[in-house]
Amino acid sequence: MSLRVEGLSIARGGVPVLEGLSFAVEPGQALILRGPNGAGKTTLLRVLAGLAPPLSGRIDATPESAAYASHADGIKATLSVTENLRFWADLYGRSFGAEVLDDFDLRALRDRPAGTLSAGQSRRLGLARLGVIGRPVLLLDEPTVSLDAASVARFAAWLRERHLGQGGLAVIATHVPLGLDAPELDLGRFRASPRSTQGSDAAFL
Amino acid sequence: MTALLHRDLRLSIRAGGGFGLSLAFFLIVVVLVPFAVGPESEILARIGPGILWVAALLATLLSLDRQFALDHEDGALPLIATSPLPLEAVALAKAVAHWLTTGLPLTLAAAPLGVLLNLEGTAYGWLVLTLALGTPALSVIGTFGAALTVGLRRGGLLLSLLVLPLYVPTLIFGAEAARRGAEGMDATTPLLMLAGITAGSLALLPFAAGAVLRINLR
Repeated sequence: MSLRVEGLSIARGGVPVLEGLSFAVEPGQALILRGPNGAGKTTLLRVLAGLAPPLSGRIDATPESAAYASHADGIKATLSVTENLRFWADLYGRSFGAEVLDDFDLRALRDRPAGTLSAGQSRRLGLARLGVIGRPVLLLDEPTVSLDAASVARFAAWLRERHLGQGGLAVIATHVPLGLDAPELDLGRFRASPRSTQGSDAAFL
Repeated sequence: MTALLHRDLRLSIRAGGGFGLSLAFFLIVVVLVPFAVGPESEILARIGPGILWVAALLATLLSLDRQFALDHEDGALPLIATSPLPLEAVALAKAVAHWLTTGLPLTLAAAPLGVLLNLEGTAYGWLVLTLALGTPALSVIGTFGAALTVGLRRGGLLLSLLVLPLYVPTLIFGAEAARRGAEGMDATTPLLMLAGITAGSLALLPFAAGAVLRINLR
């Protein structure tokens, strides 16, 4: 299971943001996306996840193999930590193993309603979803937001050992060094040129 | 699909889930109508089935805007959309959950509330039958409307405006079947039309809702 992208152009809100993007990520590898705000990191991840269509180009990976993690964690405040995770496990047809709670340091919180968790704790719960659903391709959008240093290290260790170490791959947009031995891709180089920002209407008219 | 259904049912009965809101609204309308119309029991008996149908329809509308809006706000919707469950199945699960928490309780509550409207003896069975047949259509059509307006701020008003015209056929045939049944006339035709609307919307609208969700998530 590898992820290959060739000549990809993508748009946000109808305006092209990236063009001519090509890269490949092999199993066990991670790719770190860099770029200033608005460079198109989130848009790229959404396109890779199949949520939005690319303008042109090719993505070689079945969308069914990918798991997307956005800024928002999709946590239900009135369900407990375990209930939240069990829902994702059921939705993906997986069994819910309690070892995920240890991986993300959630064991002490497991019966707490998710609404009473702190920002960092809910982020850990959101990331634990990735451990539950077991997808080989992870598309992570700023996974370390509101995590403390220890939690970042814990998450990086999980990513290295439990995911990449077992043949998974990941594309990560982050500003925080995760300590992963991973190539970086600067999206600034692929910024769409102004001429292509006219949109399809201009050509049509 | 059952996972999503279970979660939505569980969420709706937890604190702040909104279960009971529709039922309370239904109760209030039906209790208030006799005060407004006056004490003539004949008039009440005649307009009773229609009042109960309109009240049930409006009560269904109340909880519609939460269908996808809550999942959209906390970011769960894109995560569910990237799961193995197709969005058509997501829409169907949401509609079923909505019916189980709104349509079904309304149907069951209609019979005891009919007493307040001085319904005739034969009317109770017809009322419950038509509501049981018609409320699934209300939930499915409403889910389609909710899918159309997901992501819009204050989309509730637009949702009501979009959905109400689509509700009219269900209301006409539902209330007509209940009225005819109560007056001892043959209600087969409106009943079949009502069942047809429900079956048709159950078969088609989840696909429409799935397509609309896919566009709205872009």
